[in-house]
This record gives sequence, C-alpha cells and structure tokens, in this order.
Amino acid sequence: MSDASGPVLAADGTPLKRSLARALRAQKIRAFLLIAPLLIFILVTFIFPIGEMLFRSVENKIVSETLPQTVIELQEWDFKSGEAPDEPVFKALAEDLQIAIEAKKHTKLGSRLNYEQTGIASLFRKSGRKISKWELSEITDFRAEFEDLDKKWLNADIWRTIQAYSNPVTAGYFLASVDRENTPDGIQRVPEDERIYIKLFVRTIIMSLVITGSCILLGYPIAWLLANLPMRTANVLMILVLLPFWTSLLVRTSAWKVLLQNQGVINETLVWLGIIADDGRLALINNATGTIIAMTHILLPFMILPLYSVMKTIPPSYLRAAKSLGATNWTAFWRVYFPQSVPGIGAGSILVFILAIGYYITPELVGGTKGVFISNRIAYHISSSLNWGLAAALGAILLVLVLALYWLYDRIVGIDNVKLG
Amino acid sequence: MSLPVYASTGQRIWYYSFRVICALIFAFLIIPILVIIPLSFNAQDFFTFTPEMLRLDPAGFSTKHYQDFFTNQDWQRPLKNSFIIAPLATIISVSLGTLAAVGLSQSHVPFRGTIMAILISPMIVPLIISATGMFFFYSKIGFFMEDTLGMSKGLVGYIKVILAHAALGIPFVIITVTATLVGFDRSLTRAAANLGASPGRTFFKVQMPLILPGVISGGLFAFITSFDEVVVVLFVGSAAQKTLPWQMFTGLREQISPTILAVATVLVAISIVLLTTVELLRRRSERLRGMTPG
Repeated sequence: MSDASGPVLAADGTPLKRSLARALRAQKIRAFLLIAPLLIFILVTFIFPIGEMLFRSVENKIVSETLPQTVIELQEWDFKSGEAPDEPVFKALAEDLQIAIEAKKHTKLGSRLNYEQTGIASLFRKSGRKISKWELSEITDFRAEFEDLDKKWLNADIWRTIQAYSNPVTAGYFLASVDRENTPDGIQRVPEDERIYIKLFVRTIIMSLVITGSCILLGYPIAWLLANLPMRTANVLMILVLLPFWTSLLVRTSAWKVLLQNQGVINETLVWLGIIADDGRLALINNATGTIIAMTHILLPFMILPLYSVMKTIPPSYLRAAKSLGATNWTAFWRVYFPQSVPGIGAGSILVFILAIGYYITPELVGGTKGVFISNRIAYHISSSLNWGLAAALGAILLVLVLALYWLYDRIVGIDNVKLG
Repeated sequence: MSLPVYASTGQRIWYYSFRVICALIFAFLIIPILVIIPLSFNAQDFFTFTPEMLRLDPAGFSTKHYQDFFTNQDWQRPLKNSFIIAPLATIISVSLGTLAAVGLSQSHVPFRGTIMAILISPMIVPLIISATGMFFFYSKIGFFMEDTLGMSKGLVGYIKVILAHAALGIPFVIITVTATLVGFDRSLTRAAANLGASPGRTFFKVQMPLILPGVISGGLFAFITSFDEVVVVLFVGSAAQKTLPWQMFTGLREQISPTILAVATVLVAISIVLLTTVELLRRRSERLRGMTPG
C-alpha cells in the first residue's frame, strides 16, 4: 500500500479517471452517431422548411428588388405633404418598371401591393403595357406622362404604400392577421366588415375548448368504467375505444357526413320516430355543430387513453376507506377520487386541445362556412389566394400557440410518458 | 364494482343509469363506424338507408359499390399509390427511428431533451403548418432533382411524398421503441459483447429480437399515419401520386359516389387487422419484459 497516494491506474497503465472519461466520450459519440442520421433528416426536411416558411411572414424583398432606384429616390419624400413625389422619383419608376416589365415581374409586384391597397394591381397591369413602349431618352416630363396614363399615379396614397413596403422586412402580414393595417395615421384596425382573423382565431379556440370539454364529459365515465371493471371485461370494452382510434380519419369523417346530413340517418330516424317534423329537419352539418360532433368523436380516444392510465393507478381502496369513514358516494368521489384523476384530465385535455386547434380535414368537410378553423384559412391562402406571406403569419401565430401548449404538456406529463395504444 | 346486496334504491338507480350512460357513449364511439358497413351494400346511389334495406329485402342490397371500387381506375390508381407510398415511408421511419431510439436510450446522451423534442415535433406541429413548410421545401427539391439530376417527373413525385410521410411517421417509431427499451436489460448486451460478439451482431442477435414488438408496432403506427394522411400529400404530391385518402377527400367534397362507403368499409377491415396485431404485440412485449399483461 506504499503507492496508495498516487492515482489509481487502469489495466493499461493510464490513470483510471482519464480512462473512464475516454470510455464515456466514446459512448457519447456512439450514441450521437446512432441519432445523427435521423436528427439530420428531421432538421433538413422538417424543421428548416417550417422555419423558412415562417420567415415568409416578415419577408418583403419584392418591392426593393423590383423597383431598386425608385425605393432610393422615394426615401426623401414625405407622405405628410399629401402630394405625389417629384420628377426624379417618376423617372426612376419608369426605368425600374421597364426592366421589371421585361422580366414580367411588374404584375407580381402589383398583386403583392394589392394585399395592402386594393387597386394597385390593376394600375400596374394597365400602365405596364404602355410604359414598355416608352422611349425613355425622349421623355422630358415623366410626371406628366404618368399623369396621362392614369390619374392615380399622382395619388399620395399609392406612393405611401410603395414607400411603406420598400423595407425588405415587414410586419404587414402579422398586422393583417390580427386585423390591423398600417395607415398614414399609424397602426389601426381595419374596417368592421374586413375583420375576420381575430374572429376566426377566437372561434377556433372556443370550438376547440368546447370539443375538449365534451371529450372530458364523455371520456371520464368511460375511463372510470374501464379502470374499475375486471381486466377481462375491460379489455373487451377497450376494443370499442381503440377501434375508432385506429380507423382512418377519412372513414370517420365520411361516416359523420352520412349520419348528419339533411337526408341522413339521424334526421331520417328522428322523422320516422315522429320527434321532429319532416320540414323541421335539424341542420347538423355544414355548421359549427357538425364540426363539434365529428371532432369530439375523432378525438375522444385521445382523452380516454390518458385518463384511463391515470385512473388505473388510483387504488380502489381509497374510495372504500372514504365511504367507511362516513362519506357519501358523492363526497367520496369528489373529495377523494376526482382530485387524484386531475392529472389525467390535464394530460388528455392538452392533447385534445393541441390536436383540435390545428385540425383541417374534418372542419373542411363537415364545417361549411360557419364551422371552419384557422387552418382552413391558411390552406386557402396557400392554394387559392396565393397570399403566402399572410398564410405564413397566420401559421406562425398558430404554431406559437401550439408550442406553448406543448411546453405545458411536457412540464405536466413529460413527453417521454406519451403512450400509444 | 358489482352492486352490493345491501345497496339502497338510490344506489341501484345510479348504478344502472351509469351503465346506461356508458353504453350510450360506447354507442357514440362505435356506431358511426358500424353504420357505414350496411350502407356500403346499398343498391341505390344514396348515402342513406332505403325502404328496401330497412325491410331487409335482398333487392335493396348489392355489391356494386365494391365492384366499382375494384374495377374503376379512379380508385385503383390511388389504392396502388397508397400501397407504394406507405410501406416505403414506413421502412425509412422504422430504420432511422429505431437506430435513433437505441442511441437515445444510452445512458449518457448530451441534449437528450432537445433532441427528443425535435424528433417528436412532426407529431406536435399542426399538419397544415408541416404541409405548408414541406410544400415550399419539396417544390425546390423537386426542381433540383428534375433539372439537375435529370430524374423523371413521376419518380421525383413519389420520392417527395415518401420522404414527407417518413418524417411524419418518425415520432411514433421513436415513442414506441423508446418505451420498449425502458425495460430492456442492459446486461444482456454486455454479456453478448463479453462473449465476443461484435456490436452489429449484438444488436441484431440480442437486442433486436427483444425490442422487435415495439419496432413492429411503431412501424404499424408509421404505416397507418402515412396510409391515412391527406393534408401533406395534397400539398406535396401531384395528381400522379393521388392516394386513397386524397381520393376520398375530393370525393367527399364533391359528393361523387357512394363507392366511398365501400372504400371506408375496406379500410375499417384493415384497421381491425392492424389493431389486433398491435394488441397482440403489446401483450407479447410485456410478457417478454416480465411485466403484467395489460
């Protein structure tokens, strides 16, 4: 034991500490090499594309790229004068536009600016045809020439819009997605009849809450029954919960379409039973009711499964103990059982709410116009109106909402504890 | 749980009414799925029960919607596409996902929480946002593959959809395989290594057979995710890659034909098969790991 003061050595003579550290490092590298292919795949094909898409919500290079000279000349101009800018700006615009028309970019710019001020698209399109034929060196008074083309070119509002959006970055899409616009007098709400997005966000949230609420209401008794029945019976009944869970979303949505429509099974049965008159059929589809019924059905298993796994861990003897101490059935349930099942309600609710808030297919098919969600609006802007910036801004808001809830879920339940089937 | 002999009238009433409530909720869960099965045998082109069907008159029933499904090219092409895309996407998800899950289950992984969050994210991000992001990304990739690499348009279309679906299926593989690895006895791999097996051999001969149930059920989840997916394929794919859910989606939107109900019935049958497989696997896995069968 004479050399006990020296470092402990491994078999090959290196100090044990260093040897262990090396082994640990090798283990970390091996683990990382196993994870790397997937991590890179997800980062490249999923995370970055979404980031890039979200960047479109603030990106606004089109004005400064299509009209580079005009943007520089326009910096001096003060829109408060109420007058159109001076000659150099018009000259720059004519030069820029001729290049843009050559590259067929001017209509794109027109439709971009049209999101901010209606009428600009047609102004650009109409003027574009004539400007392309101008001989720039022969023109002395550009301002008059533009006035000749269209009186609107002397409208200060048009110039203000161009100036306001000459920055390569804009908050315009985000303002639009909360029903605000950037006017000469600062940020203001858009006119009453154009305010749709806040209403849509509120509706999406309220309907998701209603769906979550009805899932709790329907899921709680089922989960309780499954958790307290003998294992054999519970397993059989569990199939009734798992089968809808495994059935295609489209199948369930089409089933509800069949059931809920005006001539559908539910209405026919009610008329046949004489509960409602033939001309008083219930409007169950293409409205909010349809969306809520169908989505409650689709998301119910996501509530029952977490509730069940929490209730499974509550010892039934607690209830018996409470009762033997003199509690009524209700008191025993409410003061003893229910508080212990709250984590399950929390987990299930957040899961259902996260899924509900981003739903697209079901509201699209059974929601009509009154039962659609914010997702449907995003899809509309991507595929029909082609206002990608606004779609990205709406998507960013939705994503932030969902990620906040996900964070909450992770804090309460832990993402490692998610169980499937 | 059963009613004691000394229960009061009130307790009896509550006991039975609770059973009735539960029965009604179970009915709500299962009837919408069952109701489409008889409707798919409707002899008329209606989405509802005809008087003949209610009288159980054989003339009210026919298999014509099934014949349409199995002969009409509008349905056969999507069916074929679905069976091309879903298995390939599943293979990618399962192979990459299993490797990563094994890596994640090692004892010292830096940034484990962050990596896990990133890998799970395709399940959390609303589909419409994933679809939009992928739409822009894969259209660029598509141009690159067609123009620079000179690949054919059809092939590029399939590659795009398969990769997009693989990303969506990965969280399910990660979750199920990590869950199986929780109960995994590390001394088994150490014993194998000690006896001279290479890491690859240890993995395939010792670890893999034990975590196989988790891998398979993860694969089935990935398969059903891709097989059932509409939004992403709508955005990323083109008409040549039309899948079964896509065709159903357009069909439901435009109310074309009750063939949809026949397709739906076939899909319900497929999901029953998948459900049974997953349940059997889960029980086997729990038995293998010495847990009480659920």
